[in-house]
Amino acid sequence: MEYSYAFLILLLPFLSFLVLGLCGMKMKKPVAGFIGTIMLGSLFAMSLYTAYEYFFVIGRDAATGLYPTVTVFNFTWLKFTELLTFNIGFRLTPISVMMLIVITTVSFMVHIYSFGYMAERDDKYKFEEYEHGFQRFYAYLSLFTMSMLGLVVATNIFQMYMFWELVGVCSYLLIGFYYPKHSAVHASKKAFIVTRFADLFFLIGILFFSYYVGTFNYDMNANPELIGKLASVAAKYSWLLPSALFLMFIGGAGKSAMFPLHIWLPDAMEGPTPVSALIHAATMVVAGVYQVASLFPIWVQYAPNQLHWVAYIAAFTSFYAAAVACCQSDIKRGLAFSTISQIAYMLVALGVSYAVDNHEGGLGYMAGMFHLFTHAMFKALLFLCSGAIIVIIGSNFKQYMGGLHKYMPITNICFLIGCIAISGVWPLAGFFSKDEIVSACFEFSPFMGWFMTLVSGMTAFYMFRLYYVIFWGQSYYELDPENRKKPGEVPFVMWGPLVFLAIVSIFAGWIPFGHFVSATGQSMEIGLQHFEFTSVAWFSLLAAAIGIGLATWMYLPKNNPVPDMLAKKMPRLHKAALNRFYIDDAWQFFTHKIVFGCFSKPIAWFDRHVIDGTFNFMAWSAQEAGETIRPWQSGDVRSYAAWFLTGTVALTLILLCILS
Amino acid sequence: MSILTLFVVIPVLMLVGLWLAKNDNQVRGVMVVGASALLGLAIWLTITFIQMRHAGNTELMLFTYSTPWFAPLNIAYSVGVDGISVVMLLLSAVIVFTGTFASWQLEPMKKEYFLWFVLLSIGVFGFFISTDLFTMFMFYEVALIPMYLLIGVWGTGPKEYAAMKLTLMLMGGSALLILGILGIYYFSGATTMNINEIAALHNIPVAVQKVFFPFIFIGFGVLGALFPFHTWSPDGHASAPTAVSMLHAGVLMKLGGYGCFRIAMYLLPEAAQQLSWIFLVLTTCSVVYGALAACVQTDLKYINAYSSVSHCGMVLFALCMMTQTAITGAVLQMLSHGLMTALFFACIGMIYHRAGTRDVRYLGGLMKVLPFLSVSYVIAGLANLGLPGFSGFVAEMTIFVGSFQNADTFHRVCTIIACTSIVVTAVYILRVVGKILFQKVPNKKFFELHDATWDERLAIGGLIFCVAGLGLFPLWASNVISGAVAPIINHIMSTTAAAL
Repeated sequence: MEYSYAFLILLLPFLSFLVLGLCGMKMKKPVAGFIGTIMLGSLFAMSLYTAYEYFFVIGRDAATGLYPTVTVFNFTWLKFTELLTFNIGFRLTPISVMMLIVITTVSFMVHIYSFGYMAERDDKYKFEEYEHGFQRFYAYLSLFTMSMLGLVVATNIFQMYMFWELVGVCSYLLIGFYYPKHSAVHASKKAFIVTRFADLFFLIGILFFSYYVGTFNYDMNANPELIGKLASVAAKYSWLLPSALFLMFIGGAGKSAMFPLHIWLPDAMEGPTPVSALIHAATMVVAGVYQVASLFPIWVQYAPNQLHWVAYIAAFTSFYAAAVACCQSDIKRGLAFSTISQIAYMLVALGVSYAVDNHEGGLGYMAGMFHLFTHAMFKALLFLCSGAIIVIIGSNFKQYMGGLHKYMPITNICFLIGCIAISGVWPLAGFFSKDEIVSACFEFSPFMGWFMTLVSGMTAFYMFRLYYVIFWGQSYYELDPENRKKPGEVPFVMWGPLVFLAIVSIFAGWIPFGHFVSATGQSMEIGLQHFEFTSVAWFSLLAAAIGIGLATWMYLPKNNPVPDMLAKKMPRLHKAALNRFYIDDAWQFFTHKIVFGCFSKPIAWFDRHVIDGTFNFMAWSAQEAGETIRPWQSGDVRSYAAWFLTGTVALTLILLCILS
Repeated sequence: MSILTLFVVIPVLMLVGLWLAKNDNQVRGVMVVGASALLGLAIWLTITFIQMRHAGNTELMLFTYSTPWFAPLNIAYSVGVDGISVVMLLLSAVIVFTGTFASWQLEPMKKEYFLWFVLLSIGVFGFFISTDLFTMFMFYEVALIPMYLLIGVWGTGPKEYAAMKLTLMLMGGSALLILGILGIYYFSGATTMNINEIAALHNIPVAVQKVFFPFIFIGFGVLGALFPFHTWSPDGHASAPTAVSMLHAGVLMKLGGYGCFRIAMYLLPEAAQQLSWIFLVLTTCSVVYGALAACVQTDLKYINAYSSVSHCGMVLFALCMMTQTAITGAVLQMLSHGLMTALFFACIGMIYHRAGTRDVRYLGGLMKVLPFLSVSYVIAGLANLGLPGFSGFVAEMTIFVGSFQNADTFHRVCTIIACTSIVVTAVYILRVVGKILFQKVPNKKFFELHDATWDERLAIGGLIFCVAGLGLFPLWASNVISGAVAPIINHIMSTTAAAL
């Protein structure tokens, strides 16, 4: 049996979580770290081997010419009805294999990197409230890796939902990792509740889908009977599939931080930076994209219009996030908005598709997945670089940085590579994937194409702005070298992963991705990899060049007055962008004023005063009645005699009256 | 004699043992031996039950036994279990076992406390094994009375008020209940009080059913925290000592749901079909209302009590949905809520015992000073908000999928409204966790607190083990339950089909 080891891919991280969670606190730090890292190393090896086996050894099915969908195992975990069983399984498709690679690569790098990062942070956080951070951190990382892997290999939508919730809770635990900090606790709460709110729609979507279609399965290759079921459902209830899919997408939009549910992601940067790299840049936040991609055949066939809504929402998000990213002074938040913008790119790519065809209308699928892959690498790189800077500087804010290129040469180079890659400059990874997306957009409509080209120019601008303010410009240290700590390069455990990811970011674009993943499953060529530059490519290169040029002009010189002048020229726009266009205030308003103010408080009051009041009133009236009657039972024989006599006389009189 | 009688005999022996016990250690010894015996018996019963079902025994009730008790009124001591009662017995045994350890250091009058505690458990076990209407009712009453003393004597805060309120409201429920039971008995024309025989007879006129169905449903609903008869719950739980809260929320509130299903719906099937919509509205209210009310409470026990209103509301909600899956989910929810709310109350009680306050405004940073209790609290919280891997997820998902099998708009809307509780639950759980466990320690005194002792660790560890066990391997429980639900729900549906 091929892939018979696959169950280990889920079991190993779970065991490592149990071991670290139950006995980690008694272990020495390096021991806990080694357990986690070695486990992930073996997962990484297994994933690579699986990919090798899947794509090269077993390869395409001779009859169909496609990479087969392999269900390694699929057991019944819970049985709802005869039709609806909740299975947990392990399914390999081209995109799930790709996700295995992405997750384990980034996770492995993060595990290694965290040896350095968390040790440094632990030293800094030695105040009394904070303990056992290192061990706890590795335990959570293991749990997260397990959940994320479970999500991507899901054989059915309910399994996806289950692991979806689990990654959500890992994200919660890791954002709130520095729990003595108020802001961290607040951010973790916000992240969980916002995504939970979105998940509610996901759940309702699943309920609708499963009731009418009669199964939780979504993969038509693995379950051929699904094709007929979907067709008959679509014929009978035309509203069903579009609404169910869109409801599920809302869940995905929550996880993938689409406007207006993106508000949790910038705050999620309160977590340790390796976590931001792993969860909030490379893996968990693309779960929404993965979900849409998994359901892609159903979307295209039964809900093409709603799929375009996805594209519009995502396009707006990408523009909005890019605009906000241009003004952030916290480098991690800047990167977070960049992540939102880039994920939106992937969803745009999926959303503009209108057919299952590699060239005509289905290019976006391949492009989106390709961008997911390359983005995971260079965004993880950027985050890990920023983590290195934060460890050295001890702050997230750009005003404490500047001029670091002298002190941190390796980080400088790696960050620059990440910036070039994300800006879409040939020949780095981002160029190829982003360019395919823009081509797909042009295929859909010229407006979408130009719009996304504009956003890619903005991407180049805000990334290089970030780069210049960190590594060039006025050095904070040099302003007062005697009182300030001299920055220096990070240790090898930290720059090693940076270099690895930088190398991947340089070369990932040259992977013949279309051979492995495409809308139809047939092999397709990416023209750019053969130097076939189209006009679209030239335009996006031009946009990137303009963005980079502008950023260089504004931020490279020391103390350039231009940015401040611009901010003064447009004070309201600048302030609005700084405050993320006040969307966060809307969230505050919603939770505190609406949910707490309009529902919870009145209900609590109603409960205590009206309902409880009614029962207390009943008790009170019983008591009062008793109090009223009690004096009659005075125990005084004379009064009893008097009453007795009066009663007898009265009764006699009444009787006499009646008788006469 | 049926093996089930042991569930009553063992606690009775425990009573005798407690009565003879001379000091605290003897009291503890009797309790540990007795509670372990009960737990062992419950586990053995579950395993044997599953084996017998696998062997192809399809009788409605297993281990049945019946002996006349008061012949003129056809009252009999008859016992028997199906899948639902088996899991409920298991739940009760787990809670009694862990509750024993949770009250290990209780002062004062340990002996008297445990006497009442055991008496209460007699009622609970007796209720779940009975198949006779009157015997069931008697055990129900036995379970209610000790609560008054347990809260009134060993409670905290406004305990007299709480104990009185709880007892009076539940007694009000019993009054409705006895009327309903008598109504069923006389109008069915049966010569027996055995539930299964009355159900098989099935000759209560529909008009009469519609009169008595609300009596029984509300009568049990009071105990199951049916809106608007739930207000005893916050006060009662807040004042009760730790183990009593555990037992009360963990097991006693389940008597409500169990009774609603076993008596109200099973014996009055047509009325259940026709009137369930009223209760569906009320229970949907319960679910959302309890969750929203929990969001703004400041006392930890109030938060959990309102959360119980919401979760127990979910049980009754699922019963009113009247599909096999939903009702299986209801029983799973009883099981799951019993375990996790007991865990919650155990943690709260232990935190209160140490910190001296349950007010979230004065607590904070406990993760640093009480790591074991805090981690357990987080686990309880996550189980409560339905995290996969814990029992809550299994139960809630079964309920939602089951509810969705009703294709009409009314049921759909109710289901979707009830679904929103998963978000609100997250709000109140995370609010509390963020406030009391995380952030900085507000009070220097808290640094001197000591973490859980071995007996507390045992109680909490046992409950976490069960919550996670059910959450990771739910299939066996779901199969046992749905095997028992199927004949009853088929009975309800088929009678109605015949009437139409």
